[in-house]
Amino acid sequence: MRSGLRLFAATCALATGLTAAVHAQEPRQGGILRIYHRDTPPSASVLEETTISTVVPFMGLFNNLVLFDQKTEQNSAQSIVPDLATSWAWNADETALTFKLRDGVKWHDGKPFTAKDVACTWDQLRGKSANSLRKNPREPWYQNVAEVTATSDNEVVFKLNRPQPSLLPMLASGFSAVYPCHVSTRDMRLHPIGTGPFKFVEFKANESIKLTRNTEYWRKGRPYLDGIEYTVIPNRSTAILAFIAGKFDMTFPTEVTIPLLKDIQTQAPQAICKTVPIGVSTNLIVNREMPPFNNADIRLAMALSIDRKQFIDILSEGKSDIGAHMLPPPEGIWGMPAERLRTLPGYDPDVEKSRAQARALMEKNGYNATNRLKIKVSTRNIAQYRDAGVILIDHLKHIYIDGELDPVESANWDGKVARKDYSVGMNLTGTAVDDPDVAFFENYACGSQRNYTQYCNRDLQAMFDKQSVEIDTAKRRQMVWDIDSRLQQDIARPIIYHGRSATCWQPYVKDFTLMVNSSYNGYRFEDVWLNK
Amino acid sequence: VGAYLVRRLGLMLLTLFGISVIIFVLLRLVPGNIVDILFDSAGMVDPKEKLKIMQDLGLDKSIPEQYFDWIGGLLRGDLGYSYVSEKSTLSEILPRLPITAKLAGMALSFAVIIGVPLGVISAVKQNTWLDYVLRVVSLSGLSMPSFWLGLLILMAFVASFGTLPIYTDPPKTLLDELLLFAVPAAAVGFRSSALIMRLTRSSMLEVLRQDFIRTARAKGASPAAVNFNHALRNAMLPVVTVIGIEAAFLIGGLIVTETVFNIPGVARFLVEAIRWRDYPIVQNLVMFIAVVVVSVNFLVDMLYAVLDPRIKYSD
Repeated sequence: MRSGLRLFAATCALATGLTAAVHAQEPRQGGILRIYHRDTPPSASVLEETTISTVVPFMGLFNNLVLFDQKTEQNSAQSIVPDLATSWAWNADETALTFKLRDGVKWHDGKPFTAKDVACTWDQLRGKSANSLRKNPREPWYQNVAEVTATSDNEVVFKLNRPQPSLLPMLASGFSAVYPCHVSTRDMRLHPIGTGPFKFVEFKANESIKLTRNTEYWRKGRPYLDGIEYTVIPNRSTAILAFIAGKFDMTFPTEVTIPLLKDIQTQAPQAICKTVPIGVSTNLIVNREMPPFNNADIRLAMALSIDRKQFIDILSEGKSDIGAHMLPPPEGIWGMPAERLRTLPGYDPDVEKSRAQARALMEKNGYNATNRLKIKVSTRNIAQYRDAGVILIDHLKHIYIDGELDPVESANWDGKVARKDYSVGMNLTGTAVDDPDVAFFENYACGSQRNYTQYCNRDLQAMFDKQSVEIDTAKRRQMVWDIDSRLQQDIARPIIYHGRSATCWQPYVKDFTLMVNSSYNGYRFEDVWLNK
Repeated sequence: VGAYLVRRLGLMLLTLFGISVIIFVLLRLVPGNIVDILFDSAGMVDPKEKLKIMQDLGLDKSIPEQYFDWIGGLLRGDLGYSYVSEKSTLSEILPRLPITAKLAGMALSFAVIIGVPLGVISAVKQNTWLDYVLRVVSLSGLSMPSFWLGLLILMAFVASFGTLPIYTDPPKTLLDELLLFAVPAAAVGFRSSALIMRLTRSSMLEVLRQDFIRTARAKGASPAAVNFNHALRNAMLPVVTVIGIEAAFLIGGLIVTETVFNIPGVARFLVEAIRWRDYPIVQNLVMFIAVVVVSVNFLVDMLYAVLDPRIKYSD
């Protein structure tokens, strides 16, 4: 009898505990999420910028047609979920994509959202609108889109010149927001209007960005937060100390470097921190038209001199990843396996062997220990760029190249590269979507604005198109690996490593998912809640 | 005095004109412009779009044309608009001015309140342990950069109190404001207080050795009366000059302090604007600072006559 009572009491206690635990994890409405921001965004227009500084605070103002599931860590075709589009369908030859749109959605100013807004937005993105964007960095994404037509108030059709399975992942990016037809692009830079879970309150340069809950959001019960406040703190030490002191619920995403992460883990052990790839690669750019770099031997020798592991050990305490252009697995979907990677020039773990080959190439071209090649290594005058540039100079010394660092102010960097006013440079490249079309067309297509080295290989370009139409993912992956291998063999833009960094949040911040193969797509914040 | 004032005002205007030309030309000599920076955030440069923005912002005009546009606007009270935020320059600068003015005022007050009395004590107690301690403190103030001191203070606050005296929200009450600005003002004012203290000390030592001080003592004046009524007033002339100069130099310290303590004042804003080549903001803000500095110098000159009746302003 006594043991029966004991069992009953224990069962009751367990049941109560479980109920309390379940109850404790039920999302709650309310609270302001406080995040520090690393700098003042150049504008509030996500369509006009490529920086995480804009997409993090402003993604929550908008909806896309489709979106990468905000609760899934890895962006992929399988993780795409409906947003303003409730469903979508391809035609038989995969050249038209029809979206059915959600009814009853309103812009933050009360006007109704219709299919015309979608058509307007993609007219702007394709450079075909009178209300044109001041800057249009993603115009190359939509070169295959022939027309976007609103066939009714709640249906829109994207007509393509050829099949392109990458269109959906591109539309699911944080940079693919739908804009209102009736608002000027200038207003969208200053005080944007969207249909998203949060409404714009204010954007004070150098000070703060404030968003408030959209009480008329079409997704009932969302967002949980009453608002989000970003305080601009450009000084990293101050920002990290403020997070440690509990002034913020979250650090700016992917902004905590590995050494700073240690500080947080020591001084705020309760914080939840995750280190993930940030979708930014550090790479070597070589002006292929300037002698002696028009000589393929010299370019190859430079690539062979690179000790990637040393870069990673020094700059991120061993935490970053070696890869070709596409982000390596397991986080990356399209990156080639390590065994294939090792066959590419400069990727052999036996660095001394590669450097011996490099020296032989240099000697073949008349350079040796007494006749060394003197170069300038230009780079943006920011620590992440500069530090990598210094290590590169050290590596080049092993193959008779004496480099001198040429730090270039940010304001002049893109202009200098566009003018080809450099011989060798150290660069960082961010990729918004882990997708081959985005990577190849943006960075290596002939004539692309972001093809910094102006590498142009018509055969390879034909391969870009061929992989782009391939529906079978397994086949396409093989094609992508072939292209990526060719890019590394051609020393188009040798990728040194793919960076990783951390994001930390307080334990009461719930249901925030940090994406692992892009740092640009996961900031809708509509499912995030505070368990305070 | 009237003619002197007119001449001084004329010189002030000439100085301001010179500054306007220098800042305008210097800004345009710096490589890169706002359009390059706008494109930098997009990771590309489109020559067609770049030209369009240049035309929109009037940057395709000749430099003299741009200068006269700016000065003409300034005289009409039209300061233009920020190239970055696209808001009017006044609406960007005005809310930030009181923040920096309060911080600067508190920092300068801290410097004077700490520097002058400690300088007097150090001089009166010359070559005692107190003098040595104060001299070491003042030397440390002169040699410690304010950004480093600021960071040390922040770390100490986190370690000791688990909080951080940085600006995240506008203060609601006067007390909040005082508490918020007290620490950064002390951090930025510490260096100035050290300078003022050393100058007060040396100036006091010089005056204390003069005949009229001996006479005052012989007449039976109390040490306090001798030190403060007779010596300090005469020793203050160089100190007042330095306070005037420090008020101008303070802007340099404020840039760093506003960054470390995250205070959204004009000093930090100015640096950001220079980084962005936001010409209207930089030009107008520098002109404003120039007006303040020139006016403070003018006031300091006027103050000499108050402190020392022997000084007369005439032709």
